[in-house]
Amino acid sequence: MNGFVSPHLEYSLLWPIFVVFGVACVGILVEAFAPRERRYATQVALTLIGLVIALVRVIIIGVDVTPRTVAEGALVVDGPGVFLWGVILVVAIAGVLLFAERQLDTGVSAFAGQAAALPGTAAERTAAQQGLDHTEVYPLLLFAVGGMMLFPVAGDLLMLFVALEVLSLPLYLLVGLARRRRLLSQEAALKYFLLGAFSSGFFIYGISLVYGYAGTMDLAGIGDVVQHGGANHGLLIAGMGLMAVGLLFKVGAVPFHSWTPDVYQGAPTAVTAWMSAATKVAAFGALLRLFVVAFGHDRLTWQPVMGAVAIATMLFGAAIAVVQTDVKRMLAYSAIAHTGFLLTGMIGFTAGDGDGTDATHAILFYLLAYSVATIGAFALVSVVRDSNGEATDFGKWTGLGKRSPLVAGLFTLFLFSMAGLPLTGGFIGKWEVFTVALRAGYWPVVVVAIAASIVSVFFYVRFVLLLFFTQAQKEVVTGGEGTTTAVVAVPAWGSIVVIGACALATVLLGVVPDPVLQLIENAGSFIR
Amino acid sequence: MTDVTPYLIVSAVLFSIGATGVLIRRNAIVVFMCIELMLNAANLSLVSFSNLHGNLEGQVTAFFVMVVAAAEVVIGLAIIMTIFRSRRSASIDDASLLKW
Repeated sequence: MNGFVSPHLEYSLLWPIFVVFGVACVGILVEAFAPRERRYATQVALTLIGLVIALVRVIIIGVDVTPRTVAEGALVVDGPGVFLWGVILVVAIAGVLLFAERQLDTGVSAFAGQAAALPGTAAERTAAQQGLDHTEVYPLLLFAVGGMMLFPVAGDLLMLFVALEVLSLPLYLLVGLARRRRLLSQEAALKYFLLGAFSSGFFIYGISLVYGYAGTMDLAGIGDVVQHGGANHGLLIAGMGLMAVGLLFKVGAVPFHSWTPDVYQGAPTAVTAWMSAATKVAAFGALLRLFVVAFGHDRLTWQPVMGAVAIATMLFGAAIAVVQTDVKRMLAYSAIAHTGFLLTGMIGFTAGDGDGTDATHAILFYLLAYSVATIGAFALVSVVRDSNGEATDFGKWTGLGKRSPLVAGLFTLFLFSMAGLPLTGGFIGKWEVFTVALRAGYWPVVVVAIAASIVSVFFYVRFVLLLFFTQAQKEVVTGGEGTTTAVVAVPAWGSIVVIGACALATVLLGVVPDPVLQLIENAGSFIR
Repeated sequence: MTDVTPYLIVSAVLFSIGATGVLIRRNAIVVFMCIELMLNAANLSLVSFSNLHGNLEGQVTAFFVMVVAAAEVVIGLAIIMTIFRSRRSASIDDASLLKW
């Protein structure tokens, strides 16, 4: 074989990804050349148009998808992959609308006016007076979305690693860009970055060991070698374990969860809303594809370990959420618990015809139901404010139901969906993942999952009681410290659309889940 | 084809040193350097396995890991610099506002 053979790319199937990356690059040019006052409108419009075009194309691909490997085996376009693309793009559009929110904080966005200006200095005040805005967040979001789209459709280990980094690096930056409470935000970015880089070190070392075992980077090829038994099983076990560390970190499973509460609390709430849904969707897509396609035949090694991680994650997330007094932190621990429920679905891998199809379907539905609930909940967190910006302390939310029944009611809806109460999307999602694990014979995990659900119902309902049935404390004037309770600010139409759509989707997924379940059913399974 | 076992042992040792360093060092820059050491350990083992299996995939991956490591340096140093400028300290023990 002499010379380079140019790779064959299936542009018709791949251009949603190219559109996202292309628009991100254009966004950087806009940053460089457009006058400052026009950047905000240009970036928001550009980002939204790019994402909508990509979404339309994904839907067209999804209508009639023939599972196949593309780009010389680097990517795999199949039903679940295209479904995940759709979810990631919808979540990204919601994210952009939340990023674009400028009505809550006197005409500026939730992002630092000038990230390089030190907190509490004259430079920062000047930036604030000039009404500066970091519009780089939109290209950063698009780069992350591009990585998220590559992640669950990666067909080989190299693409998996590159996609992981492409989605992570912009996120580290976005987390550190909050306008208010900047020290918290920067600290969250530092923690997320160091722990994220640490876990990707494990991930790439795991990749090298799996490659050493199988002699190929191709997921399906690894699957073949695993099926027929390779030379050194120890190498596979070590590689699998190290790769699992990297992926379980991304989804926030115990014992790799410790970044979750800090990052969710420190990041600007719009970023939290988007990333809590989007990273989980992308990372679970990749986790499923890796463990079903590549390691599916060695399930006896990883299934019990995943079961143990699932149990630890659910119990820990639910138990620690009980003692939280900050809304964002409580939602973060509940996100950890949800990771555990999703992992419960994953060990249901052997249910049905044993090729992971049923587990994949259950997890896809759960991801969708969880995404709409978490985006809606965090979007509502950003509208409940006091004089210091967002009021996330429980005390500030006390009796909110009397002052703003609409906001409190919607928040209750999202919490009920996360708790998995009937008539919400979360109930159907939990039902799906629990039954699939039960059918695979992992009943002890399901028992723990149900116990953890009950514990989580306790802290969700306690918060709802706080909203509606607890008297707000009498306002104490303490040296101009601001009010002790929070008020509801009226957000721009973008946030209203997102909150409304999330509420509608949560109810529809709970009352008439059949069309979506059918859609997921038609998506079939990961191709090997 | 050479015996790659010594290279793999070196790679494992480098990886362990890196991982231990991340856990015990307190300066964010040093922690970050230890992470880079882990990535380079992975590179060494990728190249060794590439030699063992007689195909190029491992070597190609090593190039990508280098690129990713470079990108990570850009992001990481930006974040660490920001932290250092606002706190006058790059110790990861000082960044402790967010707890529990």
